[in-house]
Order: sequence, then structure tokens, then C-alpha cells
Amino acid sequence: MSDAQIECRDLWKIYGNRSDEAMKAVLAEGLSKDEVRDRFGCVLGVRDASFSVKKGEIFCIMGLSGSGKSTLVRHVNRLIEPTSGQIHVAGQRVDTMGEDELRQLRAETIGMVFQHMALWPHRTLGENVGFGLEVRGVDLETRREAAIKALEAMDLGGWIDHYPDQLSGGMQQRVGLARALAADPEILLMDEPFSALDPLIRRQLQDQFLNLSAHMHKTTLFITHDLDEAIRMGDHIAIMNDGEIVQIGTPEEIVTSPKDDYVAEFVKGISRVALVRAESIMEPMNGREATEKTVRVNAELGEIIDLFMEDQSPVTVVNPDQASVGQITIKDALTALRG
Amino acid sequence: MDIWNIFDTEWIPVGTWVETFLQWVVTNFRFIFQAIKVPFEIVLTGLEDALTQAPDLLVLALIILVAWQAGGRRLGLISAACMLAIGLMGAWEESMTTLSIVLTCVVFCSLIGIPLGVYSAKNDRFWTVLQPMLDLMQTIPSFVYLVPIVMLFSIGNVSGVIVTFIYALPPVVRLTNLGIRQVRGDMVEAARAFGASNRQTLYKVELPLAMPTIMAGVNQTIMMALSMVVVSSMISVTGLGQMVLRGIGRLDMGLATVGGLGIVFLAIVIDRVSQSFGISSRERGHKKWYETGPVGYVRSLMGRG
Repeated sequence: MSDAQIECRDLWKIYGNRSDEAMKAVLAEGLSKDEVRDRFGCVLGVRDASFSVKKGEIFCIMGLSGSGKSTLVRHVNRLIEPTSGQIHVAGQRVDTMGEDELRQLRAETIGMVFQHMALWPHRTLGENVGFGLEVRGVDLETRREAAIKALEAMDLGGWIDHYPDQLSGGMQQRVGLARALAADPEILLMDEPFSALDPLIRRQLQDQFLNLSAHMHKTTLFITHDLDEAIRMGDHIAIMNDGEIVQIGTPEEIVTSPKDDYVAEFVKGISRVALVRAESIMEPMNGREATEKTVRVNAELGEIIDLFMEDQSPVTVVNPDQASVGQITIKDALTALRG
Repeated sequence: MDIWNIFDTEWIPVGTWVETFLQWVVTNFRFIFQAIKVPFEIVLTGLEDALTQAPDLLVLALIILVAWQAGGRRLGLISAACMLAIGLMGAWEESMTTLSIVLTCVVFCSLIGIPLGVYSAKNDRFWTVLQPMLDLMQTIPSFVYLVPIVMLFSIGNVSGVIVTFIYALPPVVRLTNLGIRQVRGDMVEAARAFGASNRQTLYKVELPLAMPTIMAGVNQTIMMALSMVVVSSMISVTGLGQMVLRGIGRLDMGLATVGGLGIVFLAIVIDRVSQSFGISSRERGHKKWYETGPVGYVRSLMGRG
């Protein structure tokens, strides 16, 4: 388990009355999603998913709608019961937990943000944000203090006694975030939190969240259908298709070495300028002379291209000890850019 | 036997069966039905005594204040006009009896109908069983069950409330069921995700969000209860319905018209007031109920507005 804050192992979810039968058949015969549906009338939601998220990192789960990403994330706080598999969250075993423990875990350890905000329209922002504390029996004064603090962190301090429908979409989702953070949970589950917003606001919220995340160190599971967003936000990305996790890796790994055609199709239009680093495209020195122009091993492709703007002679890559470790020609840079 | 006219013979004597069964129930279990009457009787007599024995003008003022609080100044004025008309026509006493019967009926319909509706929304199997029963209650002509009701509960206002209760219960059950089912899935999911129990989710999220629909059901129930007023007067229920029935019986057009108009005016007041209760504070510009109407006025006079 080491330092994993969220860990799912061999997680399966099959919907339907005959899910147990279907589960056995799938394990024995390796049925596909369609075969499961035809033979048992069951829907395969998640297929043998395993992943772990380290403390403090942002882990993105990316996939098209219907790929099972929302289903998968709901297993972490068991809004959906797994058909089989293990779930560990913050050192506790979630899949075998009793009802009371589970409610405590949801209220204190895990905060959740929803795609369509899901703010309760009959409650003021303060009452929305304080809900998690309210159901745990915390008194009104403490709740209000926590709500003010959480709303202020989202620049919404003055709105505490207003109602959700008096706010714009972007503000509403900031309330959603404040609600998730109010109980100061260790873990955030974000189910396509910014998808319903227009691009400009989405960008602002992404930045605001990254800033927040940088100093709060919340372990975050971030669902998105947008690979650009996944790359911007994620320390690691898991790509899902048809209920299965196809590939897990850092953004660079996903973009530079997609595991199959499905992933390749996704990464086709992605800009590599900020992703590809010098060390992954350099060629070994092999006795060549070091040139005057140098870059660090972790320099981004964009920086390297900037160096080629003035003259097109090769660039030398140096490690932190200033030793030359490789060279990049303009051809290498252009090839990497094209992908 | 004439094979061409087989239906001359009564093959399935449903009528006889029902009669025998009813006789048997009446002789052996009448005490149960008398016991069922007790809570209805307590609420009804309480309300009726209060409404008829209090000074007319006090009751009138109270009704106007309630209407003003529920639906604003305009509704207050409409209610004042309607209730004044009833009073001035000389149907005040009768309308108070009818009002107490309708209110008693609403109390019991809500008390029983809302929990039934909530449970139906949570349990599909229960709902499939309950649905045909509700259909039956609404479609059987109320005349049909007047007789068994009289046999089991005897005549009078309390039996009238029970007949009305059977007829008026379905809408509040149906609309409560609908309202709870219509609450957006992610609202409920969010409540669970923040650690709410099923009970907390129901009281803090589902019921408040379903309230406008539930109140529409209560409003329908009230309207149906009012429409039973004349029918139930046949089992000697007093009030406006009896004025109409007596008017018809004696061909006294004047009496029947006064009773009929009384029902119409009362219906307008009750309908509007109960509809206003269903409007959520969101639609009223997020004002709490105590910030508006006469209560809000008094509060502002006291310098707390």
C-alpha cells in the first residue's frame, strides 16, 4: 500500500439482476461487454480496474461518455457498490465497511464535486456548504464558520446568505468546490467539474483549482472527457474505454507512447510543446563536440524550438552537473513536434 | 333453460355475496370500524366547535389573515370578499361545518397520503400494488360505497369525512410519489456523498425539493373533498351540501342556489390559499414566509424587518 491514498484493486461492476452469474461467466470465459449484455441482460460498467493514487497528487481519469469513468469514481466513496474487488481509501478498507463508518468517511475524508454542480436550490450557500457538517450533528455556529472559510477560499465570502440560482454557472461550481472542501477532507473526487462551463471560465477555474491544490495538497481524482484538461491538471492520467482502464501514465507518457489505437486517436491533436522534454528526444553524444547552446534535460520542447529561432545549429543537453548528455538537431525537434 | 338467453339467469351472484359478506363484517367487526372513527371524530368536532362557536367576525378576520400571509394582499382581499358574501347570504354556519369537514379530511389525507407516496417512490413493487387500488378509489362512483360506509360507520358528519377521505386520498399519494421521483438524481447523490443517511436525505433534500408537487397534490385533494360535499350530504352530513340537497328535494331554488354559491366561494378561498402554500420561497424572491404578509408587517413595526 505504501503511500497510496486511494487504491482500487481488480474492481468490477456489473449492473443487473444476474450480476453474480455474469461475473462468474466473465471470469471463466472472458466475455466481452456485448456478450454479457446478450447472455445475462447485464451491463458491464467497470472491468477489472486497478489503480492507485499517491497522497497529494491529481489523478485524472479520462474517457468518452459511457466509458465507465463516473461509475469508477463512485466506487471510491461507494455511492456505487462494487460487484467484486477491493477499495482502500486513506488506509481504510472501503468495500467491506459498515454503513456508519462509510457515512463518516464520506462526511470527513472525501469531498465530492459534481458535473452539474448539484447545489440544493432550497438552501443558501452557507447551508449548502455546511451540509456535510450538519448531517454529522455539528452545531450551527461552527458550521457557519466553516462555510464562511470555505466560501472565502473561493472568493465568495459575501454570498453566504444567497441562493444558488442567484449565481452564475462558474460561481456555482466554485460553491460546489467550497462544499467539497468545507470539512477539510484529505481526498477530492471531481466528476467532470468544469465540463458544463464555457471555455474561458473553465480555464480560470482550472487555474484556481491548480493554485489551491498546490498549497492544500489534497489527493484528487479528477474525471474528464477532455484530454487537454487531463494533461493540464493531472500528475497521472488513466484512460478508460468500455469500462476498462486502457493505459495509466504521466501526461508525457500518454502523449508520446500511446498504448493502442484508441489512445493514439485521442492524443493526435494534442500539442506537444509543453509536454515533450529534452531528454526524451535527444540523441546520445557519441563523441560529438558540445555546442555553445545548451538546455537542461527537463527543458520543454517549446524552449528548444525558441533556441532554433535564431540559428539552426544543434543544441546540447546538459544534466544538473553541467555535463553534456546528448544533442538535439532541428530535425529532432520538428519530428517531436509533429508526433 | 333458454340457451339463447343465458343471461336471464344470474350466474355469479356478486350482489348476494357482497351483502352476506357485509352483514358478516357488520355483526362481527363493527367495533373495529367504530374505533377507526375515533380519531376522525376528535379532529372534526375540535375544528367544528372552534369554527362555529367562535365569534363570526373573529373567524372571518383569521381567514383573511391566513390568506394574506399565504398569498399576499390581493388574496387577502379576494378571500375577504368571498367569505363576506357567504356570511351575508346567511350560509356562514353551514360553510363553517363544511370547512371543518374539508380541513379534517385534508389533515388525514396528508397524514396518510404523504408517507404512502414517499414509500411508493422508494419501492417500485409497493407502487405497482398501490396504483390499481388508487385507481379503484377514484373510479368507483362514490354512491356505491355510501351504503357500506353507513352500515359500518353509521350516518353523520364523521362518516361523511370518511367517505370524502376515500375519494380524496389518491391525488396526494400520486403527486407525492411523482414529486419524490422527480427530484434530480445528482441532488440525492450529493446528499449521500456528504454522508447523509437515507432519513436525512429524505427530510433535508427530497421532501423540500418535492414540496411544490406535494402541495399540488394536497390542493387536488382539497378540491376533490369539496366536490364530495353534496354527495356526502345524502348520509346526513350537515353544511353547505345539505342546503343544496334540501333545496333540490323541496324544489326550493333559492336555498339550493345559496348552498351552491357558498360552495363556490369557499372553494375559491381554499383553492387559492392552498395553492399559495405550494409556491416555494425561490419563486417569491427568496423571502422567508415570516418576512411577508401580516407577520412581516408586524415584525417591521416592531423594528425587526
